[in-house]
Amino acid sequence: MKVSYFPGCTLRTKAKELDFYARKCAEILGAELCEIENWQCCGGVFVSAKDEIATKLSSVRALVAARDANQPLVTVCSACHNVIKQTNHAIQSDEDFATKVNTYLAQDKDFSGPYSGETEVCHYLELLRDKIGFDKIKEAVKNPLKGKKVAAYYGCMLLRPGKVMAFDDPENPTLMEEFIKALGAEPVIYPSRNECCGGYVVVEDAESAKKKSAKVTDSAKNHGADMIVTACPLCKYNLVKNGSELPVIYFTELLAEALGVKEDNYAE
Amino acid sequence: MQSKTEREKEQILRMSGVNPLKCMRCGKCSGTCPSYDEMEYHPHQFVYMVETGDIEALKNSDSIYKCLSCFACVDRCPRGVEPAKLVEALRLLVIREKGANHLTPNDIPELVDDEIPQQALVSAFRKYSK
Repeated sequence: MKVSYFPGCTLRTKAKELDFYARKCAEILGAELCEIENWQCCGGVFVSAKDEIATKLSSVRALVAARDANQPLVTVCSACHNVIKQTNHAIQSDEDFATKVNTYLAQDKDFSGPYSGETEVCHYLELLRDKIGFDKIKEAVKNPLKGKKVAAYYGCMLLRPGKVMAFDDPENPTLMEEFIKALGAEPVIYPSRNECCGGYVVVEDAESAKKKSAKVTDSAKNHGADMIVTACPLCKYNLVKNGSELPVIYFTELLAEALGVKEDNYAE
Repeated sequence: MQSKTEREKEQILRMSGVNPLKCMRCGKCSGTCPSYDEMEYHPHQFVYMVETGDIEALKNSDSIYKCLSCFACVDRCPRGVEPAKLVEALRLLVIREKGANHLTPNDIPELVDDEIPQQALVSAFRKYSK
């Protein structure tokens, strides 16, 4: 199975291990991540205003590239996923927005024709659940993570807005817990798993982000977790910076460990 | 002729797509807001202050920079009002004016450490600057 892949800015810099193990594990599980040529940064966060057009064009260019390849568009970073999926939804549901976007894109060299939201946007975790299947992952596990108590941290961007993301039940998600079970570990359910880490506000108000992150890590710890897994580089940064007593790793690292391809001293 | 307030209210409603009249003032948006403590005006206040035209106070408040865009208020509102979209519209109304950027590249070196992911910076600029 071939899918179009949008890595995003942070997977090329501070979160290389998120990208590296995503590719490596996909290969083992029979999916080929075909990186989109000349992709542009999604902007990190969706701007909900209906009259914001230019800031969403980079997402649309990625969606068009996937359409032209006749493949679903897979993202690994929660933020890229949120921005691209919300942009796709805006094109599908807002005719005025779609018209303006297509008018801009018509000026791109090699633009392949009007886009109306036909690409399927799929997070890597959805790829695992819906296209590969947790049963198949279970069979591929070489190193079951027995006895590990893992707290899945969804944060906000994978889940909300629930109607647009359609990723899982936004208040009681199960996808990452099923993923953890498939790897042989024990998922820990804790109340703050779908609350915000403080996000980009850390840039100008570190104290605010600290309060939010501490609430998440305390909640996971108090419910008996050994570690936290996330799909988002900014969540990881906020949780670690603000003194998480539990290790925080990317879900792709956990997957790599279970599949027996985790490297001791990973460096690019 | 429309007053400035009427014009701005109309613009906010158009940008956000929000209808404040759907609000039944249950306060669930503010109850679930992780930034409640940092805000002078809370999500439910954004909804009725836009409706009553009290827009200048919102534009001048730091509350517009405290929203995390986590969409908790949007998903948990029983009436589908989507308060975060009003906060976004108010913030854009302010920073789209010339010279009104809330964050500039010169501010960055003092604010960040070496570990900060690019994602945080591009997101902050998208929210705070034009």
